[in-house]
Amino acid sequence: MSAARRCRPPRALTGLFVWRLRNTSVPQIPCRFVHLYHMANKRLITFQYFNFLKRMYVTQCNKDLSQQAKPKTDSIVSPFHELQQLDQEKKSVHNISPVSPVHQLGSETSSRNELREMKSAAETEDSVIPVGAESKEDRQWKEMKLRLDDLPGILARLSKIKLTALVVSTTSTGFAMAPVPFELTCFLLASLGTGLASCAANSINQFFEVPFDSNMNRTKNRPLVRGQISPLLAVCFAASCGIPGIALLTLGVNPLTGALGAFNIFLYTCCYTPLKRMSIANTWVGAVVGAIPPMMGWTAATGSLDAGALLLGGILYSWQFPHFNALSWGLREDYSRGGYCMMSVTHPELCRRVALRHCLALIGLSAVAPVLDITTWTFPIVSLPINLYISYLGFRFYRDANRSSSRKLFFCSLWHLPMLLLVMFTCKKSVLENEDKGDLPRGSHETAMEIRLP
Amino acid sequence: PPAHSHSDWIGPPDKHSNLRPVIFYVPPEESALERRLREARQEAQASNQRFWAWHNRAFRQEKEEFIYSRLKAKGLEVRDESGQKATLNAEEMADFYKDFLSKNFKKHLQYNRDWYKRNFRITFLMGQVALVRALRWLRRRKKNVEQ
Repeated sequence: MSAARRCRPPRALTGLFVWRLRNTSVPQIPCRFVHLYHMANKRLITFQYFNFLKRMYVTQCNKDLSQQAKPKTDSIVSPFHELQQLDQEKKSVHNISPVSPVHQLGSETSSRNELREMKSAAETEDSVIPVGAESKEDRQWKEMKLRLDDLPGILARLSKIKLTALVVSTTSTGFAMAPVPFELTCFLLASLGTGLASCAANSINQFFEVPFDSNMNRTKNRPLVRGQISPLLAVCFAASCGIPGIALLTLGVNPLTGALGAFNIFLYTCCYTPLKRMSIANTWVGAVVGAIPPMMGWTAATGSLDAGALLLGGILYSWQFPHFNALSWGLREDYSRGGYCMMSVTHPELCRRVALRHCLALIGLSAVAPVLDITTWTFPIVSLPINLYISYLGFRFYRDANRSSSRKLFFCSLWHLPMLLLVMFTCKKSVLENEDKGDLPRGSHETAMEIRLP
Repeated sequence: PPAHSHSDWIGPPDKHSNLRPVIFYVPPEESALERRLREARQEAQASNQRFWAWHNRAFRQEKEEFIYSRLKAKGLEVRDESGQKATLNAEEMADFYKDFLSKNFKKHLQYNRDWYKRNFRITFLMGQVALVRALRWLRRRKKNVEQ
């Protein structure tokens, strides 16, 4: 039988015809033909499908129709199929197959009933179907079994290992900036403990946010969203990172650092994550979360929270705002649809103002550093160019409020922080110098070297 | 998913809800606890699917309406000469995003509460099932050793 395409007058909108074929390629089972009629640019086009010629015909049709009606091979299983006809945007053709129904997008109830007919017809049919047509959808179904060789990669993504590395680097900077002789073991313990705590916090955050992450483009490939790991395993991993991490900090470093670490985990998972969906105050809480790690580094070295720790925390706190506000500017649609209360969506003016305000605050805080004897006066001078640059970008963002200025500000913030911390470290006031007030600094690098001697 | 498989299978994201559907494996000797877990997961999946499919559809529809009304106000047509769909830039859309978020705020609060409760319950049940299975395995090993 010819797989002919027939054009009908544009009266009938959508219809479905099923009939038997006498001479079939499959002996016992009658081949069922499905005819689906479409309105495509005011022309009614009929498609016929043979089971065995399905793919061939589809490609032929596609060429003729110039992409107007691509057969949609959705691999959505029965629970979800009743929602298909709600999508009016694309028009496509559906095949019957018991394993993978391809759904039609078109008009309402008539096609819905017809789909039901199709489904029941398909189910009674014996599944003698060529493998080729379904393999694409089938391949997208993944077994939910944990494979041990995938596990490190999955856990790395679960714990947001890159972000954790950044957090650990801010902690080490806090440790290094403390005006005490450098101790390697303490440094390593503090870094490891903070890293473990950060992994735990990130895992719990992902555990809480599975359906929201699936709906946002930035986060839809996370392990829990993709089902690569079960929620139970994510929680166990978080516990097995968090508990040793905090224990390491409390027992191996000092209780204050451990307390700060535990508080930070609590703040991130139990305050920031739920607050994201309730109020814009989450950004400020999140900034505190980011400010605590360098303070932890400082307290790990000195054992007390003094002005230096607060200053470092303050610098990181201020940095969070241009970083996050610029990032969130481009994600407004996803945040709005996902139900996240972010300044960029609800108070865009405030969003940009706060970003600019904190860029300027960075300049001020850098100037306070020498006053507190943390760094020499070279620090605010050397850091002035980069601080001015980020403030300039912050100002552009405030004034222009468009995607390009937000991206510029965001990418600037990514290199601004490491550079600022590096400059701060090289301008650090030597411990020996502090003890011996008479000496003048011979050079920032030399002073840095002196501190490293145990 | 193949019939002989003994594990759950997860599929590609659903078109409407962006959630990935899971087909749960029902073992022949499923205990009551395991059945409760499976049913809780199925129920959560169905509820999430309902919410997000509805929500995303509402978003799309309202977005279209907004674009249409704004274009009309500006005196433009929905499609310009080349047949392309006219869109508004991000600043104009910002009003819509803000509006949509505040309109659905209460709905989201309710959904959050439900989701957190379900998530905790499912994870707790998973923990119980895992514990029971581990104990059963240990007991079996002990029996084998004794024999």
